[in-house]
Amino acid sequence: MSEEVKTVKVTIDNITIDVPQGTSILNAARMIGGDVTPPAMCYYSKLKGSGGKCRTCLVEVSKGSEADPRPMPKLVASCRTGVMDGMEVKNITSPRVTDARNGVVEFLLLNHPLDCPVCDQAGECHLQDLGYMHGKEATRYEFKRRTFDKHELGPYIQLHMTRCILCYRCVYVADQLTDSRVHGVLSRGDHSEIATYIEKSLDNNFIGNVIDVCPVGALTDKTFRFKNRVWFTKPQNAHRDCSCCSGKVTIWQRGEEVLRVTARKDQWGEVEEWICNECRFEKKSASDWVIEGPTHVSRHSVISQGHYENMKKPKEIFSAVHDGRSPKLLMDIHSVSEVNDPSVDLSKINGSASSDTFKLSRKKQ
Amino acid sequence: MAKKLLLEKAHIEGIRHFDVYRKEGGYAAVETALKMDPAAIVEEVKKSGLRGRGGAGFATGLKWSFLAKPEGVPRYLVCNADESEPGTFKDRYLMEFLPHLLIEGLIISSFALGSNRTYIYIRGEYAWIVGILEQAIAEAKLHGFLGKNILGSGFDCEIYVQRGAGAYICGEETALIESLEGKRGNPRIKPPFPAIKGLWDCPTVVNNVETLAAVVPIINMGGEEYAKIGVGRSTGTKLLSACGNINKPGVYEIDMTISVEEFIYSDEYCGGIPNGKKLKACIPGGSSVPILPANLLLKTAKGETRYMNYESLSDGGFATGSMMGSGGFIVLDEDQCIVKHTYTLARFYRHESCGQCSPCREGTGWMEKILQKIDTGKGTIADIDLLWDIQRKIEGNTICPLGDAAAWPVAAAIRHFRDEFEWHVNNPTKCLTQNYGLAKYADALGLSA
Amino acid sequence: MVKFSDDKLKEVQSMIDRYPEGKQKSALIPLLHLAQEEFGGWLKPDTMDYVASLLTIDPIEAYEVATFYSMFNLKPVGKHVFEVCHTGPCMLNGSDNILDYIKSTLGIEVGQTTSDGMFTLKTVECLGACGYAPMMQMGMNYREHLTKERVDAIIDECRNEK
Repeated sequence: MSEEVKTVKVTIDNITIDVPQGTSILNAARMIGGDVTPPAMCYYSKLKGSGGKCRTCLVEVSKGSEADPRPMPKLVASCRTGVMDGMEVKNITSPRVTDARNGVVEFLLLNHPLDCPVCDQAGECHLQDLGYMHGKEATRYEFKRRTFDKHELGPYIQLHMTRCILCYRCVYVADQLTDSRVHGVLSRGDHSEIATYIEKSLDNNFIGNVIDVCPVGALTDKTFRFKNRVWFTKPQNAHRDCSCCSGKVTIWQRGEEVLRVTARKDQWGEVEEWICNECRFEKKSASDWVIEGPTHVSRHSVISQGHYENMKKPKEIFSAVHDGRSPKLLMDIHSVSEVNDPSVDLSKINGSASSDTFKLSRKKQ
Repeated sequence: MAKKLLLEKAHIEGIRHFDVYRKEGGYAAVETALKMDPAAIVEEVKKSGLRGRGGAGFATGLKWSFLAKPEGVPRYLVCNADESEPGTFKDRYLMEFLPHLLIEGLIISSFALGSNRTYIYIRGEYAWIVGILEQAIAEAKLHGFLGKNILGSGFDCEIYVQRGAGAYICGEETALIESLEGKRGNPRIKPPFPAIKGLWDCPTVVNNVETLAAVVPIINMGGEEYAKIGVGRSTGTKLLSACGNINKPGVYEIDMTISVEEFIYSDEYCGGIPNGKKLKACIPGGSSVPILPANLLLKTAKGETRYMNYESLSDGGFATGSMMGSGGFIVLDEDQCIVKHTYTLARFYRHESCGQCSPCREGTGWMEKILQKIDTGKGTIADIDLLWDIQRKIEGNTICPLGDAAAWPVAAAIRHFRDEFEWHVNNPTKCLTQNYGLAKYADALGLSA
Repeated sequence: MVKFSDDKLKEVQSMIDRYPEGKQKSALIPLLHLAQEEFGGWLKPDTMDYVASLLTIDPIEAYEVATFYSMFNLKPVGKHVFEVCHTGPCMLNGSDNILDYIKSTLGIEVGQTTSDGMFTLKTVECLGACGYAPMMQMGMNYREHLTKERVDAIIDECRNEK
């Protein structure tokens, strides 16, 4: 017998929703959608234990619950705070939240190299989006940015530690999808880094998923490196029979060429189903795949601006669209309006011009 | 002479050894406690009004009462001996001189909480104290106070000492638990709290050394009697470790009724400031709590005498007050530079940040760099404002209290000593060789007028 | 090859026995301390791999922990390591002067080792000896109330030690 799941009422930015008990504030906000949803740089619903670290999803709990209406004194990480019945939450309606988030964005960008022009993540980078939505136009940091020794992670995965925001998602992927983790977070504090300590390549068959979960360009696909900008490539849902994974992927094409293969992602940028390295790195020919059609890309605007989806070449010629009428493309504007008479030199008029100005000038003629 | 409950016998020859400690009345509290109902012990601790001596000052009895007791799941007591807050060295003193007092407190507390395996997590640098504690544990075990069926009570308990390896953050209770589990000292995201899910996901209580030692006099004299010592919600005695520019640095036990002025100038305690120098400022409760200029230290903003207790030290909030904290009492004389001192603290917090959450990882390093810049005469007025803004954006926004601990000293230094920061900016050469001297205290509330 | 003696292995087992079954990873920090003492004062990757194997954990788990805690040396160090505290309370009592004095006496900068491999100089943050400042840690012990004379005596003591 399945137990009935109790629902609780939570109000986020004045929108009330019923959610199952145990839902986090962030997931409740995702159910509402839109601006009400706090950004999340480290939380990943498919990775157990993730979240709480980046602090971008901080929200204000202005009423704890119906039973205990006291507000929470500090802002809380919405990804790791459960809703209570009658809870009231402020996200974008709280100046405290926007101020704190502004600070978090500044902190995350403090040592970031801002090498977006040469970063393969550009266009689908959550840090770019976050900076655009919540950041400031300039940094107040004037010191030398942090650098790290370079480490190779093998033939498939490129590590750029300077871009890393230490979300720990890739560590959780290795812990939860592979049987032996070889990379981790080393050192402490502002020198913490993702590394293997002694040069080792990451070669577990599911380790490629670290690329998809990385919110920034710290872990990118070496087989796609500098091949193209993502917004010039065309994402298509495709599948193949794979013995290790579901084989359901998104292929990123330019013409017929498959430049890159990723897992399919949902509207929050999260992987729908993990894919194996073979699908991701080895199947780079269109003939490897059954193509289902264009991928719906809603969140990362720069890619969706390619209008790959629903773009159909019209079959009719233009007049057919206009019920057989020929389009009247040229029109002498002066024949329908007195204004903008080319004989009037606007720079010679004292003060502002009105329609009378043109009438007067016409009379003079 | 203030009443001493903890250190009274610290100077008795051989008190480190079981025989002497026992002859002096030691382990009597264990004998009493093991005949009590565990819940009654918790009740006594509640009555005593004992507050956590590690820094936060949370009511110990209340904390104990939160401990979940699910069937068939072990519960753990962990003693936090990761004393690392700059200015604090009281637990070290207690463990070095009175190891059996701590062990006695641990046995009673373990019994009260139902912990059959109790761990002392001690900072790695206190390496020699590990031996002292292990010796005490072995002696206690030899005399039947530890091990199986203690004193015929049916209660089994082992105490183990675990050495850390150099990380301030492990003084935070969830980071300590992570470290005890053999991991990096990254604080956990709360909830769940350790009382529900702590060590190895079992219900756990983490208490400071001094807190657990104080359980011994509480059992010996009864919670109500203990609560009569002190004032208000500052009951019992408190260990203070005094350092900086004073004649008699060391560890003192006070009953929280003495004034700050008496503590600094009395020969019984700090013995005044060396070489006839004047008092400039003081951090009364370990480096994390706000620094106060002399005028606000000795008297509250209302002009009342400030006392060495939880309430009085925090009188005025952060605007004009500070905190009891861990009892690390750091005194600065007129020759000390607030900017330089704040810089060393900022450097400390940057060094000790675990790096897990972004405001602390990035913000602490940024504050350190700006403070160094101002200290070396390269700062601007805008840097002071920027510093203020950075600390504001760290405070309250991090996973654990280290963020606050890093932000507060910077905030308080600017709040009370902005003049001195500006003097550094305006005297880029002079500030390298001279000190600003006694502050013209910033007086945001216009209290001195 | 890195391997503890039989006696040390007994010590290792007693360390593991302090924890409930299956929680042997908890012994990682104590074991790393022991390994550092036993195998040359610092943790080579091989040493850490060995410790990980004793606890049946992935080597990366040992690297993650060893790099987190400041007491583990990941590079070779001199026979004697001077770890001078320079946090607030020690600074108030002149730790900067002590540090300068050690630097000039040994002819090395912070983070360096003397060419004879005798001394390594490090700065550390608060070690909980604020009332006995200035101070430094040397191996398992603290050296407190440092003065130039005391520093000289300590250096002599190290040099004369057989």
